Amino acid sequence: MHAPVTTTGRDLRLDLFRGLALWLIFLDHIPSNLVAWITIRNYGFSDATEIFVFVSGYTAAFVYGKEMRERGFVVAGARVLKRTWQIYVAHVFLFAIYLAEISYVATSFENPLYSEEMGLLDFLKQPDVTIIQALLLKFKPANMDVLPLYIILLLMFPPILWLLQFRSTLALGASVLLYVLTWEFGWNMPSYPSGHWYFNPFAWQLLFVFGAWCALGGAQRLSAVLQSRVTLAIAIAYLVFSFVFALTWHLPGVSQYVPHWLDEAINPVDKVNLDVLRFAHFIALAVVTVWFVPRDWPALKSRWAWPLIVCGQHSLEIFCLGVFLSFAAHFAMVEVSGAFWMQFLASLLGILIMIAAAGLITWYKKVEERSPGSRPKKAPDADLAGGEA
Amino acid sequence: MRKAIAALAAVLSLAGPALAAEPHTCSIPSYLLFSGNELKRVAATVAKDRRLTVAVVGTGSSALAGPDGPRSAYPARLEAALKHRMPDIAVKVVPLVRSRYAAEEMAKGMAKLLVDEKPDLVVWQTGTIDAMRRLEVDGFRAALDEGVEALHKGGADVILMNMQYSPRTETMVALGPYADNMRVVAQQHEIPLFDRLGIMRHWSDVGAFDLYATGKDNVLAQRVHDCIGRAIASLIIDAAHLQSVELKTGQ
Repeated sequence: MHAPVTTTGRDLRLDLFRGLALWLIFLDHIPSNLVAWITIRNYGFSDATEIFVFVSGYTAAFVYGKEMRERGFVVAGARVLKRTWQIYVAHVFLFAIYLAEISYVATSFENPLYSEEMGLLDFLKQPDVTIIQALLLKFKPANMDVLPLYIILLLMFPPILWLLQFRSTLALGASVLLYVLTWEFGWNMPSYPSGHWYFNPFAWQLLFVFGAWCALGGAQRLSAVLQSRVTLAIAIAYLVFSFVFALTWHLPGVSQYVPHWLDEAINPVDKVNLDVLRFAHFIALAVVTVWFVPRDWPALKSRWAWPLIVCGQHSLEIFCLGVFLSFAAHFAMVEVSGAFWMQFLASLLGILIMIAAAGLITWYKKVEERSPGSRPKKAPDADLAGGEA
Repeated sequence: MRKAIAALAAVLSLAGPALAAEPHTCSIPSYLLFSGNELKRVAATVAKDRRLTVAVVGTGSSALAGPDGPRSAYPARLEAALKHRMPDIAVKVVPLVRSRYAAEEMAKGMAKLLVDEKPDLVVWQTGTIDAMRRLEVDGFRAALDEGVEALHKGGADVILMNMQYSPRTETMVALGPYADNMRVVAQQHEIPLFDRLGIMRHWSDVGAFDLYATGKDNVLAQRVHDCIGRAIASLIIDAAHLQSVELKTGQ
């Protein structure tokens, strides 16, 4: 199962941290899971979503940027759209699983204590509307907001990528401008039956485009800043501040030591519109990470890093599997036991299944490449690129 | 003498790990129940007039169905608990259940409620409908602000009460952002939050109630509501520094 990790030109840290983000998203999606206390959302402003979106932007630019330079805008653009379509299909697949779960609950649950919560199931009474709204990405059940965001980000990506190649500062500036205008005017995409997207694509695009900008030379331009001890000190100070502030969410006793004006200025930290505090928190995490984990860190090639890296390299499949597994874990906790041992077991098993599935996909792709009659591969990383931007 | 014992008991209870709603089946750790935010108007009214009018404004989870419903739902249990613990105070609890009302619709009704019921305290249960419909979180917070401000302006204290813990529907509705905003609003207005979500989760974790049960078990629902009613009574008595007879026995 220990497949060699593809290394051609690819920064393995990206795969490592995307893999980590996928594990954390899985743990956070299991409700009432004590194991989820280890995830980063409890210790600062940002969470695994930021890592996932940034790394996705970075890898998309890395893979399709190369494609665009070598084969032109049309081919690269078409491949981005093909990838978008795959993600859309994956989202619809997850929605089908959600429908199965909620229909099961609807027929078996009659506890009078929860007659109000049963109103959740009302949408099953009008599937004609709901399912169409789901296909239009307007009706999105809880925990199914990340893929629609990803779909929109990739859909907008070909022209942004083109601009990033030739006028990278302008592209980043446009992204920042869109973010600012979104905050100013409250732009967002509509949802069904009411409200707006949980991850506002007009705000979250900033992180995606910033990741892409870093991949296309931005990181090198920032290297002087990234290597400065002053930057590191500021980043660490901000992380500590954020950590202390996060404590007030969990330990109400701490909040009395926070000045009222500060509390009012910071709370609540807006996830929908990617609060600038969250963005800054992610940047601080990235600065500290880049400082302590160099690109050629030997551990990246060790067997200990392999499980994370292999999950990160098949992010779409593993993300979907993670959402499914979090449903399954919740189901097991409801039907068998919600005790801590079950939470621990479900979390551990889920991550092991994610690793096994990612290993299997890697193995399967290798077998396919070797099989007689298959077309010779054009570039060593094209497969990885096509599948896993 | 009673005062001294009550004070002593209060000190002890703060030091102890668990207390509050009497029987051991549904005790609550004090950090989950008490916040330190005070109910000053309740304290003043009780001291001056020896009476207390509480309005419970809520949605479907503030009521129980069936012929026993009205007297077993938590507003009635709250009234019974307050009367039991403060026998010389004229306590009245008025339940105002508006099923399927989001926070915004409820906030708009607060002015009328103040005129109609003249409550000293409003227990405002909300959040479930907003979370189920995935309504705008910002709008939800604005509605909470608006409602709390209207009640304060009208001379009533407020306790915010969040959602029920419902393990079976947990993956289907994201309560988190709404519960977080209720905590923030309560903190900013310095009013108590009755963390029903955290308390019921605690009961589930320690095995006090089997909240995973699927059947039509009215007894379970009634016991949970009884415990909620008594817990709110404890919160009111603590936050308004009222003297209650319960503490006389050294509970």
